[in-house]
Amino acid sequence: MLNIDSLQNGIVIDHITAGTAMVIYDLLELGRLDCCVAIIKNARSEKYGRKDIIKIDGEPNVNVDILGFLDPNITVGIIREGILVEKRKPQMPKTLKNVIRCKNPRCITSTEEEIDQIFILSENNKYRCAYCEQEYQPKKK
Amino acid sequence: MEQMKLRHLIDPLDFSSQEIIRLLDLADAIASSPKSYFGICEGKKLATLFYEPSTRTRLSFEAAMLNLGGQTLGFATADSSSASKGESVADTIRVISGYADICAMRHPKEGAPLRASHYSRIPVINAGDGGHQHPTQTLTDLMTIRRRKGSLSGLTIGLCGDLKFGRTVHSLIRSLARYDGLRFVLISPEELKTPQYVLEDSLIPRNIPYCEVSSLEDSMPELDILYMTRVQRERFFNEEDYVRLKDSYILTEDKMKLAKPDMAVLHPLPRVNEIALDVDDDPRAAYFEQAQNGVYVRMALIMTLLGLDEGKVFQNA
Repeated sequence: MLNIDSLQNGIVIDHITAGTAMVIYDLLELGRLDCCVAIIKNARSEKYGRKDIIKIDGEPNVNVDILGFLDPNITVGIIREGILVEKRKPQMPKTLKNVIRCKNPRCITSTEEEIDQIFILSENNKYRCAYCEQEYQPKKK
Repeated sequence: MEQMKLRHLIDPLDFSSQEIIRLLDLADAIASSPKSYFGICEGKKLATLFYEPSTRTRLSFEAAMLNLGGQTLGFATADSSSASKGESVADTIRVISGYADICAMRHPKEGAPLRASHYSRIPVINAGDGGHQHPTQTLTDLMTIRRRKGSLSGLTIGLCGDLKFGRTVHSLIRSLARYDGLRFVLISPEELKTPQYVLEDSLIPRNIPYCEVSSLEDSMPELDILYMTRVQRERFFNEEDYVRLKDSYILTEDKMKLAKPDMAVLHPLPRVNEIALDVDDDPRAAYFEQAQNGVYVRMALIMTLLGLDEGKVFQNA
């Protein structure tokens, strides 16, 4: 297996569905960070066969809550002085801003494109457009 | 004097169930003596921003403001507004906020009044946004149900026709779901059934009994309220589907013989042919009374949002 240096301090985003690490890289705007970021694609996983991993060096300000929406299998580990001090599964965020687009042709966001695309988590754990309340339908895999 | 917090009516649930009851109390008081409210809005202006034609709702708002002694200004189609030049809803409302004291907006795009409310310095009333919400129609419906039945609780409510695209139906279900002892009978063809999200949001979490059926006749004997709707051509992308479904249900005096003697028939109007003319003379036909109530409840709403109701509705706000 490819060897990547262990983190002393940083964040490990693990159990990413294989092949989707770059989507998460873009969404978390990791390209804007000036610290070291490693993307490992198609790593071996006992649980899932293959997975992607992202390692971020240092203590960057990264909002990982959005990962709860993207991929329910993802885990986020916080490393301090070489030790895993926290491991958690991100929860589904209450609101999503400019992450997904409303597909309803009758929605105001379909004609006024400068409007932020805001989705709100409903009582039944589904995301609805804040404007027209149309439910977000994820693409079938 | 403490400045009143700016409130809008975008979604029927923007008002608590207690605020709705107090608003209906005020509307009832207005209905019993409408002339005594003339002059309350003297010097105030209502802007009616109608990006989609709707004679009835617009005139109802204008009549309400005129009855209160206020004035109205606005436009009746998008063609006659700056929207035809590409102006955004946000910019329009920022400008209108300097021209009027309150605004009623109808827009074909769902969520447009909500967007406007984010930028407005005056109260915004959603007068219908696409197939989404129509909260003042809901207030009208609630007022009529309460005046006919004496309460909003303990009723079997039948909703018939286009339950898929019918925004008045969705708003009404969401609002009524907050009151006790209700049961819903949802009568529609398979293609126009109530969207699952309406059921999941309003009825299922509260364990409110409902059934989805296709026969109007079979349902008639158990109903306290029958809410008829029109199958709306403008909600269909496909003309063939509209033609096939438009005559699914026609209420006639023969079918009314199956109903309780004190049932009330409501309809948001305009009707096409879903209620036969011979039903109009039946004392259970409440739809023209409902249209009249629409003016009273809009008078109550305008007064409340402008803070001219002596704090009756937004108590402890």
